[in-house]
Amino acid sequence: MSAATTPVLTVRHARKRFGAVDALKDVGLTANAGEVLALLGDNGAGKSTLIKCVSGVHELDEGEILIDGEPVAIHSPAAARRAGIETVYQDLALFDNLTPAQNFYCGREIAFPSWLPSGLRFLASRAMDQNAAEIIDRLKVRLPRFDAPVALMSGGQRQAIAVARAAVFARKVVILDEPTAALGLRESRKVLDLIRQLRAEGKAIILITHNMEHVVELADRAVVLRQGRKVGELKPSRANRQKLVSMIVGAEA
Amino acid sequence: MDQQSDIASGPQGAGRHDTTLSAVRLGLRLLSVGPLLILIVLILAIGMVTPNFLSPGNVSNILAQTAVIAIVAMGQHLVILTRGIDLSVGANLALATVIGGLAYRWADSAVIVMLAMVLSGAAVGAVNGIVYVFGRLPHPFIITLATLSICRGLALQFAIGHTTMRGMPEAIATIGGASTFGVPNSFFVVFAVAAVLVVLAKAMVWGRWIYAVGGKPDAAVQMGIPVRGVLVSTYVISGLCAGIGAVVLAGRTQAGSPLYGNLLELDTIAAVIIGGASFLGGRGHVGHALIGAIMIGVIRNALNLLGVNIFFQMIAIGLIIVIAVEGDVLRNHLEARARSMHAGQG
Repeated sequence: MSAATTPVLTVRHARKRFGAVDALKDVGLTANAGEVLALLGDNGAGKSTLIKCVSGVHELDEGEILIDGEPVAIHSPAAARRAGIETVYQDLALFDNLTPAQNFYCGREIAFPSWLPSGLRFLASRAMDQNAAEIIDRLKVRLPRFDAPVALMSGGQRQAIAVARAAVFARKVVILDEPTAALGLRESRKVLDLIRQLRAEGKAIILITHNMEHVVELADRAVVLRQGRKVGELKPSRANRQKLVSMIVGAEA
Repeated sequence: MDQQSDIASGPQGAGRHDTTLSAVRLGLRLLSVGPLLILIVLILAIGMVTPNFLSPGNVSNILAQTAVIAIVAMGQHLVILTRGIDLSVGANLALATVIGGLAYRWADSAVIVMLAMVLSGAAVGAVNGIVYVFGRLPHPFIITLATLSICRGLALQFAIGHTTMRGMPEAIATIGGASTFGVPNSFFVVFAVAAVLVVLAKAMVWGRWIYAVGGKPDAAVQMGIPVRGVLVSTYVISGLCAGIGAVVLAGRTQAGSPLYGNLLELDTIAAVIIGGASFLGGRGHVGHALIGAIMIGVIRNALNLLGVNIFFQMIAIGLIIVIAVEGDVLRNHLEARARSMHAGQG
């Protein structure tokens, strides 16, 4: 991490309580442009809570979130999106009954005329189809058919659509919550390649995964959480892989 | 690296795999045009057995009898798209005709009477939608069942013991009962409603949101779609369609009645499902409601002409509903097949 560049995303002194449970205790985090940051931890370590706070599903009790060094208030998923943060949750939030292009633009349709309230505008379907096709092409995602509902597509293809959608609308940060958990070997590989490509395009990527192979292969940095605290941060490599695992499970040998 | 990046590009030459996949796709395509095919075959077959069936007079008769079901079913279809159901449409329509009858006693103005009926329908729809959404009910079944009962009761109350309230303004009688060039005017109303709803559902952002809410409500919330407003709007439109149906029916019979629209909720739900929309939400279009409504009209008319008793008509329509729902199940099954085959390709 060079000191000269401002991190795209900074989380400082994050605290979150659910009733009597401290889900996050003074956690800090930075994510840089063109970098994959792996967020690691066992179940219940606080990864999901932290991610949900950054993506606007939960609100932090204490602490602050900065984008490009400027504090931002993230009270809702829409606010996070406005701040340039897109999240791909495990359930993908795809609409089975809509086509890839319709999924891409759902909730932020290209429509006219602009003087009408957004719901009453008319869909610019051709523009949306073309743009989505270009993006999907650029990211080298192959879909069997572009005009079919995504219900007909495989897990990997659906994952790719969700990641591509997030990538396109995220101006700053893409958060991926276990993007390969439900995929076979070959489809996982393709999603990893897609993540590489997003990194090359200069996005800051936060990757949550349990797959240490993927972490070592892809992540530029790893942050480990345990019981709501940050317990370590290092550059993953084959050599320190075992150390990462012990940090995660809390059995430092 | 570039080669690796292709998501799910299949290795070439998986011949048998491709054949099965195209078979699955063909099956899906057949299912999507199935209801229309069945309707056409039905019409041709009945036409051959009973020559009178395709006579202009009888066709016009079928259209007139189908108009009310068609109009109300198109509204019902929007509700079903969002995974809902509107059980109140029949009683809503009856109440609207009674309110129309009352309005007519107060003022012999087609505009006022028509507005009274349409607004009454929309108001009941608004109650359905608002109580369902803001009352945080788990499903619209109960609230629309409640308004079914309330509307029927109000209609009987307002009609003060009359089963019919005779008299409607001339213009409304013309809309509901007269024909232009042999086509019942009521069917022009059907086309007008269909045209408006097609534009709403397919060309406007609001319509896309209706499909999104029906497809995956949680995701719709995450994507920032105003889910509550979308839901309420579908019930308002369904009620509005019941009100328009009331205008047509009151016009055709030149009367209002608290007994109108009995079991219309079942006819309209049946029409939407028979026409090929999915009961699971998110799938379907206005054409499905129209095809289903016409199919019900054709079957009733044909069985009448053939002298088959009314009990058998009910059985026939019930059987067709079963077939339609199984078609929906088969569609989901085939889609799952297609999905796993794409994964195998990848």
